[in-house]
Parts: sequence; structure tokens; C-alpha cells
Amino acid sequence: MNKLLASIRIALRAIRVNGTRSALTMLGIIIGVAAVIAMVGVGSGATARIQEQIQSIGSNLIIVLPGSTSSNGVRLGSGAVVTLTEDDAKAIAENCPSVAVATPTVRGGVQVVFGNNNWATIAQGVTPDYMTIRDYSMMSGQFFTTQDVDAAAKTAVLGETVATNLFANSDPTGQVIIVKNVPFTVAGVLTPKGQSPSGQDQDDVILLPISTAKQKVFGVNKANAKSVGTVMVQAVGPHAIDQAQQEMEALLRERHRILPGQDDDFTIRNLTEVFSAQETSARVMSILLGAIASVSLIVGGIGIMNIMLVSVTERTREIGLRLAVGAKMRDILSQFLVEAITLSLLGGMVGIVVGLAASLLISHFAKWSTQVSPLSILMAFLFSALVGVFFGYYPARKAAFMDPIEALRYE
Amino acid sequence: MPAVIEVKDLVKDYRLGEVPVHVLKGISFEIERGSFVAIMGPSGSGKSTLMNILGCLDRPTSGTYILDGVSVGELNRDELAEIRSEKVGFVFQQFNLLARTSAVENVELPLMYTNAPAHERRERALRALKAVGLEGLEEHQPSQLSGGQQQRVAIARSLVNNPKIILADEPTGALDSRTSIEIMAIFQRLNRESGITVIVVTHDPDVLVYADRKVQIKDGRLQLTEAITRRDAQKDLERLPAEEPERVAST
Repeated sequence: MNKLLASIRIALRAIRVNGTRSALTMLGIIIGVAAVIAMVGVGSGATARIQEQIQSIGSNLIIVLPGSTSSNGVRLGSGAVVTLTEDDAKAIAENCPSVAVATPTVRGGVQVVFGNNNWATIAQGVTPDYMTIRDYSMMSGQFFTTQDVDAAAKTAVLGETVATNLFANSDPTGQVIIVKNVPFTVAGVLTPKGQSPSGQDQDDVILLPISTAKQKVFGVNKANAKSVGTVMVQAVGPHAIDQAQQEMEALLRERHRILPGQDDDFTIRNLTEVFSAQETSARVMSILLGAIASVSLIVGGIGIMNIMLVSVTERTREIGLRLAVGAKMRDILSQFLVEAITLSLLGGMVGIVVGLAASLLISHFAKWSTQVSPLSILMAFLFSALVGVFFGYYPARKAAFMDPIEALRYE
Repeated sequence: MPAVIEVKDLVKDYRLGEVPVHVLKGISFEIERGSFVAIMGPSGSGKSTLMNILGCLDRPTSGTYILDGVSVGELNRDELAEIRSEKVGFVFQQFNLLARTSAVENVELPLMYTNAPAHERRERALRALKAVGLEGLEEHQPSQLSGGQQQRVAIARSLVNNPKIILADEPTGALDSRTSIEIMAIFQRLNRESGITVIVVTHDPDVLVYADRKVQIKDGRLQLTEAITRRDAQKDLERLPAEEPERVAST
């Protein structure tokens, strides 16, 4: 400990004596560490943003779509034949233990009118459970209730985009809008969610009770009054998604009387699968950026090795003297190693500060979200120490192996 | 008195490419504890090589060397370093002080490689500086000291670990004659008062006169070793015309 402190003192003095040279040497490490921190920050910021978007779609969300069926060898597109019903949704909610809630939905494009304004948007017929599934909250007013669904009440909930376009800044709650010539009372406005991962405006929507939507807006399919477009399902937890999917598949196959070996007449999709590709690519990007930044850290390390070699040569007589007065090889080795590590750690600390500042600037000016984790700071710090050890070892070894007689005679 | 140094059939060969060079060709002598020896010889005689071996900086090719009861011929690098740390003090022609480092820190240097705690290092360094008459200059850096003062710092450094022998290689080679006598006076006093064995390697006959024994080397062989009557450097100094006492050089 005593010796280590002394070594650090000697190292700091040597660094101070050659101030400019040391600063320039450290610059390599400073840039390297700063680049690693900023780039990893940008990368994990992007990953976090994608995760946020996935969350905005709804947590633990599973979507059941009517599947394609074939009739006389002609395969029809998904939804061409009614295969999914409100009863399926109810059965899923009741019989699958891994499912928290399930709501049937129908959707279609509509023109919404209020006074002189009108707006084309998507209408969705849903039940109040939809709010839970999609993690919606209300900006103003109330969501419609189960009673509204049962009574096919003419009530609607607006997305923020629709509300702004029809009502500008005034509160739409209680106002009456016209959807396909049917008057609806606005019950409330949803808190905005922003863009979906695929770039769609998730707030450009109006939600209606599913019963009203089918009877008054889209018209009832005579073949099956209970048909629905999709069933939205929320699993009880993130780890229950696979289990819930299996339970639903078994249940629906049984309900639809599909024999073993026959294809499903429905499709179950879970959104995390869809977006995991995006998340993976963001992670690859952050690894790539980190790798590129590490290259500059290695270049910085080579700079340290270079300067340490110069320093060892310059101080040959000092090394000879130290050996003559009783320094062992490991004393000399540790002295120069400590000097290299001190140099790289000082550079690393400055680099962390610069890197933090850089990522703040990036998120401020480029509007990219960056996320600097304490872990990446710790990693950068340890990595710069490692660079010091790795690139300081060779010069230190060279010093330790000097012949004291030659070294003392060195001019 | 028992011998502090016993050298027997000391041989040192170097290899210059394919050609072996015999530098020391079988040297035997003893140096008694507490003596003041001058090793003389023309350049190329092998006296530097002999000094390096005596100072445990180098190992003989063959022969035995016993320093203070320890046979050091077969020790490895780090063991030799330990012997140097415990038993040997060096004084060089070019002083070899660390630049930008205060006198007291320079003197502390050998203790950095022992287990002495910081306060003890400082205490012993201050005592050694006092012994060479440099009180008040402890915090001066080498560039602020005259040549004579720098060599005194170097002597203090060689003293600080209480060595059995002090090896001085041309200690007055870079100094004027008056300062040379001052340095020799310090060596004589240390030798007399502390009983440290002092070995001076020189080719300067003016230095020889302050030793009490002369070892003459020529062509790698011991030419002669004889006792001489030493002159008192302090008295010589008093006989010299009075001079401005040395000032601290620039500050």
C-alpha cells in the first residue's frame, strides 16, 4: 500500500512534468472512452425507444385473427370467411387460465362529422376491456361501460388526433358527432400514445361499443351476427404469452371442430415477435457503434504505449539508479505500470465526463434519445484501466529488464 | 579485523560477437572492515568491471566473492538487488540525482525499496543530509545546488541505508580540486566515525593520498596492493587559502 501510494505519487509527478505530452497522450483515451459512452448511449436509447413503442401497443398483447380457409382448392384471404365470433372471445377469457382479458373487435374506415368539420378515421368496435389491453388512459371524460355495450348505446371515445381535428381546442366530451349518419355522444378522449413502431398514428381512431358499431355503423353480417374482426387478448404476464397462445389454440381448435392434421382457421400473433426483429437490429447497431468506438480506445492505448516507451528510454539513467540502490524488477515494473494506468485512468475519467456531455448534446440537438447506463460508465472505466495495463506492460517490462550497468552508463 | 570483502580467483569474460574478451583474469584480495581503499588502474584495466562486481551489479564468470559473509557469486538479479539494498552504497561521478526531486527525497530513494515506513524514511534521510553538512538545503532540487553539494546529496543517499561498504566511482571526477578535497574529507570522516568501508575507484593520484590502502589493477590482473599512509583531507582543506564558502547556486 505504502509502495503503491509512492508509485502513484511518482507517476503523477512524471505526468505533470511532461504536461503537454501527457495531455496529448490522454486525448486518445479521452476520445475513445467518450465515443464508447456516447455511442452505446445512442444505441441503448434507440433500443429503449423501440421497447417503449411496443409497450404503447399494449403489454402482453396477443392478437387472434380469422384465418384463411380454402374452398375447393382456392385459398381465400384472411377474414374472407367468418370464423371468429364474440363467443370465441368470451370463451377465451373464461377458459384460458393464462389469459387475463379478451375483447372482440371490429374495425373499418369511417367519416366523422362535427358541425362544419369532418375527418376520415378508423372506427373500432370494442368492449371496455380494450382499454386495459391497450393500456389506454383517459385524457378527459370516461370510457363507455359494459352496460353501454349491452344496450348498444350511441356513445364514442375519441383519439386525440380525431378530437383535435374536429374540435380544435375545445373539450369534445358531451358533444354529438355523426358517424355514418348515426349521432354519437362523445364520452371522452384518450390520452395520446403517439406513433406505433410501424409508424402509424395510434391516436387517429374512434372507439365505439362493439354492439353499436356492428348494428349501426358497419352493418350486421347476416350469415353470422356474432362475427368479429379480431380478438385482442392480454396474457396474465410477459412469461405467460406462449402458454396463453397454446391454450387459445387448443380451445379454438376444439370450438371450431378442427380435426388433428387440419390447418387452423385462425391465426394467433403476438406483437413482441413482430418487433423483436427491430429490437435486435437496434441492439446490433449499438454493439456495432460500441465496437467502432472501442477501436479508438485501442488506438489511444497504442498512444500510451508509445509515450511510455519514450518515457522509459528517457529515464534509462533513473532506472539504472533505482536498480543500483536496491529496486527489484517488480518495483520497476510496477512503477511504470502504475504510470501507464494512471495515465489511462485519468484519460478515462475525463472521457466519461466528455462522453456524458456528448450524449446530452446529441439528445438535445439531434433529438435522438440517448441512455447512458451506470454499467457502461463502469465498463468504460474498467476498460481504460485494462488498456493501461495491456499497453503499459510491454514498456514497463522493458524497463524492468534493463541491465543496471548499461542503464547507469546511458547518455 | 575480519575482512568485509573476500575476492578469490575472480574471472570475468565478456563475449563481443564471437570473440571472448577476458576482462578480469583471476583476481584475489581481501578488504578489511573499516578500511579506506583506492582501486587504481588505467582505463581498460578492468577496474570498472571489478567495481561492478564488488557492488553486486554484475556477477563474476568464475571465482568467489564473499561480501560481509555472504557469497554473492551465484545470486540472481533480485537477490543481488536485495544485497545492494542492505549492504552497498553507491556514489557516481555524475552524481545521478533525480531531477526535479528535492534533496531529501533523493536521499530517501534507497529506502523506498525497503520496508521502512514514510516517517522513518524521512527521519533517516534528514539525518544523512546532516551528516554530510547539508542542513537547510533539504528541500532544494539538484538544479539549485552546486556540484559539490550535489555530490554530498549523493553521499547522503549512499549512507542512508547503513551500508557495509560505500563504492565511489570517480567521485571527484566532475569537481574542482578544492571541492574534491572536501568530498574526500567527508568520506574520511564517515570512515573514521562510522567505520564504513569506503572503496574509491579512481585514476587521480590526488585522491589516492587520502586512502590507507592502494589496489592497483592492470590488464585484468592485480598488480599490487599496498598499505599507504593516508593524508588528512580536513587538514589539507584548512591549509588551502580561504575562499568564499560555497553558496547555494541559483534559486
